[in-house]
Amino acid sequence: MSISFTLNGDAVTADVDPEKPLLWVIREDFQLTGTKFGCGIAACGACTVHVDGIAMRTCVLPVEAVAERNVRTIEDLDIDGTSNPLQTAWLEHQVPQCGYCQSGMIMAAEALLQEIPNPTDEDINAAMTNICRCGTYDRVRNAIHTAAKARQGG
Amino acid sequence: MAKGSTAAKWTRRTFLASAGLIGGGLALGLTLAPNRLKMSADTVKDADEAILNTWVKVSPENQITVLIPHSEMGQGAGTGLAQMLAEEMEADWNTVSIEQAPALHEYTNSDLGRGYIVGEGAEIPAFIYPLLDFSFLQIASGLVGQMTGGSTAIRLTGHHGMRRAGASAKGMLLAAAARDWDVPLSELEAKDSYVLHAGSNRKESFGSLATAAAEFEPSLKPDLKDPDTYKIVGTSKARLDLPEKVNGRAVFGMDVQVPEMIYAAIALPPIRDARALSVDQSGVRKRDGLGQVLNLGDVVAVTATSFWTATQVLAELNVTWDGGQQDLSSEAIRALHENDLAHKKREVMDSAGNTETSLAQGKRIDATFAVPFLAHATMEPMNCTAHVTHPTCEIWVGHQNPLFAKAAVADVLGYDKDSVTIHSQYLGGGFGRRGDMDFVTIAARIAAQLDKPVKVIWSREADMANDSYRPAILSKMAGSLDGSRISAVSHAYIDASSGMPDSERPFAFPYDVPNRQIERVKCPSPIPVGTWRAVDFTQMGFFNETFMDELAYEADVDPLQFRLDHTTDPRRRAVLQRLGKEARWGADLEPRRSQGVAMVESFGTIVAQVVDASISDDGGVRVNHVTSVVDCGRLINPDAGEAQIKGSVIFGLTSALFGEITLEGGKIVQQNFPDYRMIQMENAPSQTVYFMPSGNPPGGLGEPGVPPVTPALTNAIFAATGTRVRELPIAKHGFYGV
Ligand code: FES
Ligand code: FES
Repeated sequence: MSISFTLNGDAVTADVDPEKPLLWVIREDFQLTGTKFGCGIAACGACTVHVDGIAMRTCVLPVEAVAERNVRTIEDLDIDGTSNPLQTAWLEHQVPQCGYCQSGMIMAAEALLQEIPNPTDEDINAAMTNICRCGTYDRVRNAIHTAAKARQGG
Repeated sequence: MAKGSTAAKWTRRTFLASAGLIGGGLALGLTLAPNRLKMSADTVKDADEAILNTWVKVSPENQITVLIPHSEMGQGAGTGLAQMLAEEMEADWNTVSIEQAPALHEYTNSDLGRGYIVGEGAEIPAFIYPLLDFSFLQIASGLVGQMTGGSTAIRLTGHHGMRRAGASAKGMLLAAAARDWDVPLSELEAKDSYVLHAGSNRKESFGSLATAAAEFEPSLKPDLKDPDTYKIVGTSKARLDLPEKVNGRAVFGMDVQVPEMIYAAIALPPIRDARALSVDQSGVRKRDGLGQVLNLGDVVAVTATSFWTATQVLAELNVTWDGGQQDLSSEAIRALHENDLAHKKREVMDSAGNTETSLAQGKRIDATFAVPFLAHATMEPMNCTAHVTHPTCEIWVGHQNPLFAKAAVADVLGYDKDSVTIHSQYLGGGFGRRGDMDFVTIAARIAAQLDKPVKVIWSREADMANDSYRPAILSKMAGSLDGSRISAVSHAYIDASSGMPDSERPFAFPYDVPNRQIERVKCPSPIPVGTWRAVDFTQMGFFNETFMDELAYEADVDPLQFRLDHTTDPRRRAVLQRLGKEARWGADLEPRRSQGVAMVESFGTIVAQVVDASISDDGGVRVNHVTSVVDCGRLINPDAGEAQIKGSVIFGLTSALFGEITLEGGKIVQQNFPDYRMIQMENAPSQTVYFMPSGNPPGGLGEPGVPPVTPALTNAIFAATGTRVRELPIAKHGFYGV
């Protein structure tokens, strides 16, 4: 069966089992491996992408659920160079350690900032439920605050 | 307490060589080999061949590439090593990049360990000892390891190898300029990737001198810089691997794409050592892209063109497993430990004075401690891609020890090791788990049945239930006080063999006590155990630092002061004093909010921490803040070091608040993150980290932050509630993390 959706701005069609989770469609069928597999049960957030601007965990999201919808992955975040304020802030704060969770972290943070441009620590706690086994949490928090400021023009 | 006696003196042969590069430029290689043992003709021969290895390359365009022989698993070792080399070379940091060295003998740690450490007449840290041991080398098919673990990267490779390679390269570039310009060497200066001659105002880039420099002999003993003049080492250079870790481009083992590659999902025995008797496929629905079902006895694999398809089919199989240790349970293992500690013959690790008499005379306290099995739970589940064509094999994997992986694959396939190629990838966390061989050899065995490359991915459930766990162990301590001083300490503990070299394992009570009796009973774990970030220090740190706290309260002395009263080593004292100041130790806090302190020295680094925690009436433990003071000797990259300490604190706290792997009916109970819980953003405390200024050789930073934080937390819980946490996690005492 073919499912059509928009992936990072391009109209695409996936000719796959409609139940196949979006994570594996993105990784295997479109070879975009920035989105990671961590738990497979929506518990860690490594597989977070945006579906119509909302952060979604894709390891349990059947691809049919995104038919005709707009999917954006980490690979699209810096499409105009490295100008995304989150990525700049992430480098400024030297956030990643192993880096494996960071695509999901950044996508969750981007969705947060789109919804709440100037989040409080409580907003960050509520929105950022991704697991980082390397324990980068306090740098993630600081980088989100820095990016929020930058997005609002410093 | 130091175990210096287990270290050994060695002599060396050093190979340092250079070569011109095709297309111009210079490659400088440095390899060291032992002349002791005459062992391993194999290794020595390889080392000779390694004369053309490359640690650093200088291109005609003046770009400098440093080859990094350690795996990058988040510790930033690559950047730190490059800083050490660039410093001695007088390179312009902006022109330096890093590359992962391939898994070849030329890049081995232990060659360095043997050579340089030895060359300086210094002692070899005992933890590297097994790598140097003849029998070990034979077991490893004559290979020596490219090991990342034991916090070795900066301590060994960097301190003894990278600095030397950089200085030698600089010497050759200067020599080339001296010849070409016909000026005395002494009038030349290297600076920011250029050679300068002040007298004639000449200036030439390293790149344009590189080809000429390759004609000179590198110096075996180049002059090294005075650390006071360092400009690159000791500064917070941005990590060179991070740009691709914020845009999804970094390729981890999980992300490798190989032409024609298929996927495999695997089922491992639900009970250790069980075998798959039969695999019933009658429940399998037909699906596009389904490949084969393979029963290898200890693993059942399904291959498909999609990992998801393979996973679905795997779930529909009916595998009959047979045998294994079905009566294993956490309770049974605990009972075994109790019994062994009570009845088995003990091995004396440390003995001084007359402990029995002192214990009988003083004010005595007794404590029994127990810690559980812990999983590594790296963020990236185990995976490995393998392509076996007869007679070669290619492996794509993120591994902490690619050279041993190469030997293990060769062994399992019955191939010559030279026909196995390892393509090293980024590691999505290691923590010791990615030093194991199982995930690599399983992939190789599956690939051997196929005519295509296959990426074998472990589900999170497979990863969690088939780990090599941090061992669960039991400990009994007794101590006595003579006034406010400790008169005696006895400690008897179970040693379940973590996989840490015996000579490096901690056992001592790390404070000044006149009468001591430290004993262990070896009781190998019935389930696989392995190295877990900071290894045995996590258990010993908890036992010793909790007990120290108990003694302090019994003596009615402030716990931090009590530690100082029993510490003479100036470095450790300075760390404690600084901690007291930075953490505002003793500040007045609201009811049920308290501070706890602990200090553990491991891998050449002293870390002392204060945990500030609040405990609700129903036992909810909230960690507010953690202050760490660290003496790691000379600090290579302060910002990267701070990140390691902060990450280690989260790693340790996670285990104290939530961590426990249990067994029932031979099966691991925990399956995935909900039942093996992790600290998340909302539980993560704020943190401050302070480094002591030091000119001592660099200590490790990836692990030493882990051990003290657990006892610092449980000591804070005691201070706030009066309940002593002697078993972990804190749920054992009715507390829970919030
Ligand atoms: S892999 Fe999707 S939430 Fe963990
Ligand atoms: S950076 Fe390693 S898991 Fe987050």
